[in-house]
Amino acid sequence: MPSWSDIFEVVLLQNYNTRLVVVSTMLLGVAAGLIGSFLLLRKRSLMADALSHATLPGVAIAFAVMVGMGLSGKSLPGLLLGATLSGVAGIFTMLVIRNTTRLRDDVAMGFVLSVFFGIGVASLQMVQGMPGASAAGLESFIYGKTASMVKSDFYLIATVAAVSSGMAFLFLKEFLLLCFDDGFAASQGWPTLFLDVLLLALVTAVTVIGLQSVGLILVIAFLITPPTSARFWTQKLRTMLILSAAIGGLSGWLGASISALTPQLPAGAVIVLVAASLFLTSMLFAPARGVIPRLLRHARLRRKVGRQHLLRAAYELLEAAAGDGPVMNRSFALADLVEKRTWSKGELKHILRVARREDHLEPAEPGRLRLSEPGFGEAARVTRNHRLWETYLITYADIAPSHVDRDADLVEHILGARLVRELEEYLTNHGVEIPVPPSPHLIETGTPSAS
Amino acid sequence: MSVHTETLGSQSTFPVPTEPRPEHPPEVPLAIHDLTVAYNRKPVLWDIELNIPEGKLVGIVGPNGAGKSTLLKACLDLIPKTSGWAHVYGKPYRKARHLVAYVPQRESVDWDFPVSALDVVTMGAYRRIGWFKRVSKKETERAREALDQVGIAHLADRQISQLSGGQQQRVFLARALMQDAELYLMDEPFAAVDAATEEAIVQLLKDLSAKGKTCLVVHHDLATVTTYFDWLVLLNMRVVADGPAEETFTRENLQKTYGGKLNLLEKAAEALRHSIE
Repeated sequence: MPSWSDIFEVVLLQNYNTRLVVVSTMLLGVAAGLIGSFLLLRKRSLMADALSHATLPGVAIAFAVMVGMGLSGKSLPGLLLGATLSGVAGIFTMLVIRNTTRLRDDVAMGFVLSVFFGIGVASLQMVQGMPGASAAGLESFIYGKTASMVKSDFYLIATVAAVSSGMAFLFLKEFLLLCFDDGFAASQGWPTLFLDVLLLALVTAVTVIGLQSVGLILVIAFLITPPTSARFWTQKLRTMLILSAAIGGLSGWLGASISALTPQLPAGAVIVLVAASLFLTSMLFAPARGVIPRLLRHARLRRKVGRQHLLRAAYELLEAAAGDGPVMNRSFALADLVEKRTWSKGELKHILRVARREDHLEPAEPGRLRLSEPGFGEAARVTRNHRLWETYLITYADIAPSHVDRDADLVEHILGARLVRELEEYLTNHGVEIPVPPSPHLIETGTPSAS
Repeated sequence: MSVHTETLGSQSTFPVPTEPRPEHPPEVPLAIHDLTVAYNRKPVLWDIELNIPEGKLVGIVGPNGAGKSTLLKACLDLIPKTSGWAHVYGKPYRKARHLVAYVPQRESVDWDFPVSALDVVTMGAYRRIGWFKRVSKKETERAREALDQVGIAHLADRQISQLSGGQQQRVFLARALMQDAELYLMDEPFAAVDAATEEAIVQLLKDLSAKGKTCLVVHHDLATVTTYFDWLVLLNMRVVADGPAEETFTRENLQKTYGGKLNLLEKAAEALRHSIE
């Protein structure tokens, strides 16, 4: 377990040994967050997975070639160049399979992913046996390792990350159009094929520079997780891009720091787990599209609907009891209320409990219920809104009357005061009678007035 | 119009234009000659000959799978033509793009996309704006005006997934208005929209037509054909009939378009497909 001072040193970039790795992984996260957003919106995220697996043969072959040329064999630019070439070959194979056969995309991707990865694993084994060079450490490209990185590697990764991020902003408008509506883009004369290739090229660049720190199996997570997390927080593209870049950068920074402190864990896994925890937080708590805020909103609406159903049912019972006379607030039997709607026992019990808490119900004799004065006023209002809406639907919206009650049920609960006033005006102007007294104040409440 | 059964029966290749290109007056907004299109080796359009007159509201009507959308896409160079050509004001499409606005089918895009209605409408100006440049204030103003023209100016900043189907369709129309074109190609703008939207779209089409613009509209509802359009193209893999709406919308023509007479052509196409595979 590393000490606190170690932790601070690494996280705050004061440790020389880890500073380069942490900063480069962070930049990688920013670039992956940006490029991955477009990839996600283009619905091509999994293509990056096939691409990253297809880079492995290139790593092994580049190593063999460099050793054959008498070079060290482990120069990062050389290995990454090999990775790029075989990644592109993988994508190309995929496109050929898709365009010449009628196989679906996922089949082509699965095929390329597994076959290229197989070739890669096999050729890694072969180059391990090459005389005169140690290939040990090459397998760290699979799971990622925040191993010692020399300054020139850092510059390479930082430059590629910065350039790809810059390109994402430069082509913002073009990529947006491509991702949203490629047919329209093509009809306007935008070169959609070129833009698609450019996007894939940027994905390739990010994937390849991610090989060393995150590893080829998990680099896909770096391209997918930040944008999907960001999407939970916003409905705006610009905000999504910025958030995605920030989440990517944060995952890279924290992930690389943690993995520097716990060298026995593969770096890729740690980074992905950090990203995943940010994703989980976003999925659960993001106000715009998160799961919990949505559940809360639903619960609130359900409570509101339940209350209004109760009040309307009660009002209708009172109306029936009043006959032709004015509607009075008397007590009514619980059994009659149960008859009014199909509500389950638990549901009704819950609704009644809430109504008591909100002072819509008053104590009454056993087996009977009684609305409070505010409850009665509210009941008249709710019933009236319901009927206004029903009348409107029957009169003007061409909906079969048998469907009306259900639709009225859904909408009336969210009718605001302004909308109700508009409805009233509309119906009165068109000479439709509203079958409820126009104002609840005219209803005799049955209780002696206090004022 | 004769069905080209002889071409079908004798060989397994598609007809290739051999006759010299006929002259057409340059002011015709859309002239289509000898157009044949095949999808997955299955022909969907045969020998289309059309001259669309300027300033007309043109309805393209035909059964499902008749190739109505394909016809629009082929004119827009979105899918390759097996033979023939389509000229816009006497020029190939790639030289006349600025004269054409396109409204794709509403379902062709993902409406749960992180953009606002205004953003989508602004896309209609991207060509004018050009590479790399940001959207100017002037274009944003124009986009707001376009939204106003389709009656949803108040929804400009709303995220597009929170719009109703009819409102989404209006956004697409506003985007086409932004293109400031002479010829409008619209793919089923009336599909699954509310009555108010349908009314608004009809009014918009009439306004465009009054300004001398030409609109080609893929349409499904036979009941409204003659009230909405003044020119008709009845399509079922080939042009069954075209001309002024009142004259073209006859029982006989409809039977030819929708009835069993086309089975022969379909069977031939099917046979052709089998012979290729």
